[in-house]
Amino acid sequence: MQMKEYKPLIVAFCCNWCSYAGADLAGNNRLNYPADVKIIRVPCSCRVNPMFILRAFQRGADGVILCGCHPGDCHYTSGNYYTRRRMAMLFSMLDYLGIERERTRVEWVSAAEGAKFAATMNDFVAQVTALGENKRLEDLRCKR
Amino acid sequence: MQKITRDQLITKAVELLSNGTVSAVLGWQKGEFDYDITPAVFTTEEEIKNNFVYNDFCGANFSKYLVAKTKKLEGKILVFLKPCDTYSFNQLLTEHRFDREKVYAVAIGCEGMADVVKLKNKVDGIISIDYKDDAMYVDTLYDGTVKVDYADVLAERCINCKSKKCVAYDELMGEDGEVIDSARFDEVARLEAMTPDERFAFWQNELSRCIRCNACRDACPACTCEKCVFDNPNSGVENKAPANSFEEQMFHIIRAYHVAGRCTDCGECSRVCPQNIPLHLLNRKFIKDINECYGEYQAGAEVGSRAPLVDYTEGDLEPGEVFERGDNNA
Repeated sequence: MQMKEYKPLIVAFCCNWCSYAGADLAGNNRLNYPADVKIIRVPCSCRVNPMFILRAFQRGADGVILCGCHPGDCHYTSGNYYTRRRMAMLFSMLDYLGIERERTRVEWVSAAEGAKFAATMNDFVAQVTALGENKRLEDLRCKR
Repeated sequence: MQKITRDQLITKAVELLSNGTVSAVLGWQKGEFDYDITPAVFTTEEEIKNNFVYNDFCGANFSKYLVAKTKKLEGKILVFLKPCDTYSFNQLLTEHRFDREKVYAVAIGCEGMADVVKLKNKVDGIISIDYKDDAMYVDTLYDGTVKVDYADVLAERCINCKSKKCVAYDELMGEDGEVIDSARFDEVARLEAMTPDERFAFWQNELSRCIRCNACRDACPACTCEKCVFDNPNSGVENKAPANSFEEQMFHIIRAYHVAGRCTDCGECSRVCPQNIPLHLLNRKFIKDINECYGEYQAGAEVGSRAPLVDYTEGDLEPGEVFERGDNNA
């Protein structure tokens, strides 16, 4: 029997003003990044509640990446500063509970950084693929 | 053994009630047994004299009760606060959860409270407890009277007491203490030093006992939302035992997260947990992280301080960098 190639499911929360536009730019420039990345547009990276990240894992994500404007460039002035603290605390807690720290990441991608967006996604997908399936934060009832 | 006695508290309560300073008293009364003390509101002198108790099992933190009690009440309510409760009291004031004018707070010095679970592990069939100066003498069904040292049944949160200083009160009974440089983060550091696999196994073992009774949430003085995410019928986790490990983890991560930066580390969550899950270790992890990343912060130490998670500086560390602090294991 041939083993099916493992394809991770990656959820990327992208802020409307910078990272989502950055993803657009990556598309316009025909830069490659894996189709395993599912982008969810949020008004600001600060909109992402820790529960969103956990829910993503529950519903089958193998990795969650959160992209926002560079600190200082937030459309709403200070949203991403809050995100930064919030996610630092959440990631530290997930690590404390023994969940692989490589499954989560925060990256600042501006609207002009299409190339950075593609490179980040390539790198993150490779990192999660190396880890394999998410076993520690999965909900068997939501198994595909 | 508490230095402040039941009689002193009763005298104080009766005095304030009879001279009209307060119209109700929030205190402790005996539950089914000597060691399960229930919070109660007293409105008459007679009730107080008959039912009011105060002993080493009066660990309940009354700060949260003020949120509901002051709403309906005419006049003031008298509340007795132990040093750790005064921090929660301040934190609730910071969040404008109750009207300070409606509360008459009496801070009482505390010698550390006893843990019922520790006592039950030592003696079986407790009938009654006599609190003597040197130790408690427990009358039991099977072994006659057993002498138990206070130190042997001291609650975990009191062994690692963070402060004997009362930070908020109208009146102080007993002696005010000092902030203590306790070893309360040692256990968190021990867990951090484990490998991720060991940590995962540790928490699986602890959290899998959770029956989702929500006692930790209900008792927590920082959890005062009137509508809770965990009561939302659409959440899929409303008032039911966790179906699998994900729900356990999610509930406990989110519960601890919601009070991160506001948790005063009073230890109520672990005290009320019927399954003895060391929930304070989750809260302390957040406190430790916040102290290390954003500067020392003690929630409730002063009224009006800004919680770290609703604040920021331009030079905060990046989320990826939290793992690079110190020697943090790989």
